[in-house]
Amino acid sequence: MRKLSDNPVFDTAAKLAGVAVIMFAFVFVVMVPLYNVLCDVLGINGKTDGQAYTAVPAAVDESRTVTIQFVATNNEGMPWEFRPTKTMMKVHPGAVNDTVFFAHNPQPNAMVAQAIPSISPARAVQYFHKTECFCFGQQPLAGGASAQLPLQFIVDQDVPRDIGTITLSYTIFDVTKMAGSVAAAR
Amino acid sequence: MGDHHHGPAKGFGRWLFTTNHKDIGTMYLWFSFAMFILGGSFAMIIRAELFQPGLQLVEPEFFNQMTTLHGLIMVFGAIMPSFVGLANWLIPMMIGAPDMALPRMNNLSFWILPPTFLLLASTLFMEGGAPQAGWTFYAPLSTTYAGPSVTYFIFCIHVLGLSSIMGSINIIATVMNMRAPGMTYMKMPLFVWTWLITAFLLVAVMPVLAGLVTMMLMDVHFGTSFFSAAGGGDPVLFQHVFWFFGHPEVYIIILPAFGVVSQIIPAFSRKPLFGYDSMVYATASIAFLSFIVWAHHMYTVGMPVAGELFFMYATMLIAVPTGVKVFNWVSTMWRGALSFETPMLFAIGFLILFTIGGFTGLMLSIAPADFQYHDSYFVVAHFHYVMVAGAVFSMTAAVYFWLPKWCGRMYNETMGKTHFWISFIGFNLAFFPQHFVGLAGMPRRIPDYALQFADFNMMSSIGAFIYGASQILFLYNVIAAIVAGDPVSDEKVWDGAEGLEWTIATPAPYHTFETPPAVR
Repeated sequence: MRKLSDNPVFDTAAKLAGVAVIMFAFVFVVMVPLYNVLCDVLGINGKTDGQAYTAVPAAVDESRTVTIQFVATNNEGMPWEFRPTKTMMKVHPGAVNDTVFFAHNPQPNAMVAQAIPSISPARAVQYFHKTECFCFGQQPLAGGASAQLPLQFIVDQDVPRDIGTITLSYTIFDVTKMAGSVAAAR
Repeated sequence: MGDHHHGPAKGFGRWLFTTNHKDIGTMYLWFSFAMFILGGSFAMIIRAELFQPGLQLVEPEFFNQMTTLHGLIMVFGAIMPSFVGLANWLIPMMIGAPDMALPRMNNLSFWILPPTFLLLASTLFMEGGAPQAGWTFYAPLSTTYAGPSVTYFIFCIHVLGLSSIMGSINIIATVMNMRAPGMTYMKMPLFVWTWLITAFLLVAVMPVLAGLVTMMLMDVHFGTSFFSAAGGGDPVLFQHVFWFFGHPEVYIIILPAFGVVSQIIPAFSRKPLFGYDSMVYATASIAFLSFIVWAHHMYTVGMPVAGELFFMYATMLIAVPTGVKVFNWVSTMWRGALSFETPMLFAIGFLILFTIGGFTGLMLSIAPADFQYHDSYFVVAHFHYVMVAGAVFSMTAAVYFWLPKWCGRMYNETMGKTHFWISFIGFNLAFFPQHFVGLAGMPRRIPDYALQFADFNMMSSIGAFIYGASQILFLYNVIAAIVAGDPVSDEKVWDGAEGLEWTIATPAPYHTFETPPAVR
């Protein structure tokens, strides 16, 4: 390695300081992006893709059904009423399915919400495609207003046979303060 | 500061401006003992509250502040600085160097610590109280419920990280450049070896911790969402980054303790250390493995099975080099001319209790079993066996072992042995029952508990009070030795001790090895 100083002590110290700086940068430029990429590619944390899926023509597999369960949770302090209109659907792989979630803002003031999806088992993430989802963007609601939030999805025809049930959970967060300043990623 | 061949300067300025490794080592040791008492008094509050079920003494919010500050102060304020102090005192004397390589940086890395911990302790008196999300300060818990104190806490972590990094750079620079002629790497005392490896771990992971708290700072104040799911972040990311720092951190704490025990056991066995080379390689292997096992702290977050298996097997693998060390220590004692002075008692206590802590660690490493043990008192029992009976016992052994060399006076042996037995009994009474309540389902970090845990918790609290009180005896013994202990003047205070630090005069002169010694 190149000498950074004629004094061997300063040379060692400078190199080690360099290591410390590199490790600090490593957190931001390697660990965080790598974690997000790995989770995206491998689908290992139950996160679904934040963008709409473009449906490809595929035969509907009428021979089997997959049970889809819907769960809705309010994050702490979120006053909205938020629930699926149907808690369970039985769908055929390859078919396009529609459902709606119900949201109501009981507060007098307008609020903005963001729903964050999570899928269990995590292995099912790559076989669960959303062609349309209210979770792709933020949901503004005027004070006292209600809304039907649409969700359209396809279960991939390649879904493994041992996955009989997929649970799709949404947690709704109050992002009124954040809205506008930070574009929510999912 | 004046002519080098004179003694220390007079007055407070001596300590404020000193660049002498012995002065700085002494300050580190006293500072860490003060922090040990502070963190220990928080533990006493915790155990007093848990003496009986129900809420007796403190509010749950304050209880959480106590568990958080107890952990932070013990890890960063007591154990880590104590071993840095030991390194300052001993490494130059062990490798035949006149001082640390970067003495002024050494002064700086000590003196930024006391104000930092003063600031951290002052958060107790702030509106909203001290940080209360646990010493692991998982985000978004710690960022969502961030009182103003969290920002102070983040600043404290930054500064003490800086102090650790500077201290480590100094140690590595000293060991790599300042060894006496003939002191090859494979002739270095094992304490120097373990500290060299520890220092590399510190340089590698303290910046990761700094990066992590920087992300927290940005989440709290600058509107980013690294860990907040609402903004597209991921809470599990925090745990991955934290434990990528946190697992090497536990070896940062325990490796110097291994080094201390590897000096003391041969001295009182009157035999050279068994398997020196394998000890060095085992230490290096443990350091390497510490980087690839972090997720065993978070089996329950919902990892893929392949991940759980990888981290489980990698964790179990650590038992191999650790076992090598334990067997080597036992083999060193085998057929040795053993004597049981206080340092040896603490070293043997370390050996037995650390091994128990190692075995409970193996139990915790089993991913399917860990789902039951996770966040229970079993974990608390496990890490106190390795942190207290491991690191603190070996540190206590080190103080008794080298104190006569440092100050030229002997401590009271009877009092020392009494201290050991009270500590040993108190410690085991405090922490062994926690295995049982943990396995039975008592969660950690909760100020109240179900009635069936009452008896074991009362035993545990009594043990903790005994262990805590025994430290007063320790403090008294050390001060009495420094002030009025029996003078010792033999270079070799202990007849079986080997190494360069036992070739210089007793008490150790202010300046040593200004001309390097000849090493065979």
